[in-house]
Amino acid sequence: MIKLQDVNKYFGENHVLKDINLTVAEGEKLVIIGPSGSGKSTTVRCMNFLEAPTSGQVIIDGEELTQKNKIQLVRRTSAMVFQSFNLYPHKTVLENLTLAPIKLQKLTKEEAIKKARKYLATVGLSEKENAYPSTLSGGQQQRVAIARALATERKIILFDEPTSALDPETVQEVLDVMIKLSKENITMVVVTHEMGFARVVADRIIFMDEGRIVEEGKPEHFFENPSEERTKLFLSKILR
Amino acid sequence: MKSSNPFALWRWEKMFGEWQMFGEGFLRTIEVAALALILALVLGIIFGVISTSNNKVMRGIARVYVEFFQNTPLVIQVFFMYNGLAIAGIRLSVFMIGVLGVGIYHGAYVSEVVKTGITSIPVGQVEAAKSQGFTYVQYMRYIILPQTIKIILPPLTNQAVNLIKNTSVLAMISGFDLMYMADSWASSSLDYGPSYVFAGFLYFMLCFPLATWARKYEERLKRKDTARIPFDPSEEAVTC
Repeated sequence: MIKLQDVNKYFGENHVLKDINLTVAEGEKLVIIGPSGSGKSTTVRCMNFLEAPTSGQVIIDGEELTQKNKIQLVRRTSAMVFQSFNLYPHKTVLENLTLAPIKLQKLTKEEAIKKARKYLATVGLSEKENAYPSTLSGGQQQRVAIARALATERKIILFDEPTSALDPETVQEVLDVMIKLSKENITMVVVTHEMGFARVVADRIIFMDEGRIVEEGKPEHFFENPSEERTKLFLSKILR
Repeated sequence: MKSSNPFALWRWEKMFGEWQMFGEGFLRTIEVAALALILALVLGIIFGVISTSNNKVMRGIARVYVEFFQNTPLVIQVFFMYNGLAIAGIRLSVFMIGVLGVGIYHGAYVSEVVKTGITSIPVGQVEAAKSQGFTYVQYMRYIILPQTIKIILPPLTNQAVNLIKNTSVLAMISGFDLMYMADSWASSSLDYGPSYVFAGFLYFMLCFPLATWARKYEERLKRKDTARIPFDPSEEAVTC
């Protein structure tokens, strides 16, 4: 479903991704962990061309993602949930969910609203459909953002640190929604620091450091018996 | 014996006897200002948007437009259209010169206002839009520009008010606008006092309500954006 081949990324002199090779199968839940600055966000942002790789290829659904086809290919395949929610503040919750389906997928307003209500119910926010994002708590906003991603019905949802900007008491409500989603046949790539979530949801975990993939494996392998020293050190700090 | 005071009552009476003249000029000023404002907004949005694009050539074109029209006097621009273009065989009516001259001149200022508005929108909004598959034109139209309205309305109103006042440049090319009519009346009747005061009053009557309306509109938009939905006790408290 997603394939990164020898992906390198430079920001000026800064070499942030070093020969990243990685494949995500359809329906797989991949969790990427690692210290800040390790390149994990840049990796997922290459998957929908928010960042263009300096070299290497990103292949989505069998097609290479390029500057030329990015809009069409992204529109067909993936949605993203951001750390800072990025809901459209001038639109109501319902309008946030229906904008892309109406304008990009050419659904009628009625169809789009029907779908939007269904996904608002999934994230447990049906009663907020007429609210503006600024009136919602962080956790609620992120659940709306997840519903917005769902409403476009793409096969892939990319999560870029979805709980990092939340108050501690609202983290769980967002994680609960994501755990619920993980039961569906959606391909999920999640950058997170939530190890409890990773353990429950991940089919596979990737640990990144200094722009490289240091280790990958199943959650059991990771949390019980990691092979790399760097991974052990990181986990010992984060799992205290 | 009539008083020789420039503001003597009889001078006012004489002027109001000729009110149609002022009325015609007033209407002409409104027509020119309305069309010039539309032109300025269209140019301002187009050049404002391209001045934030990634394309260097486009940005360069916008820059040249803005710098040229902001840093030369409007009077010279209008004289050029009146005399210069005539030499090149292009004859425009003074009405058209008014609309084009004032519209293009203020378009440069509106472009800067629009640019400021766009750059004040958090980059996450563009990223969210891109991640959904919106094209540049689509996200400008549906997501970015609508959010700039609140920010740019006050400076835009200033531009509209300045634009109305600047239509008085037409008096210098016999534009039959309010200023020209007032000036003609003043020099033919020698009633300078009442003539200029009355013209000034009419300009004020145009500009003041506009500024007031825009201020109220802005307040209403702000309220709408933060409107709270009725409190629902089943939901947790909203954190701010």
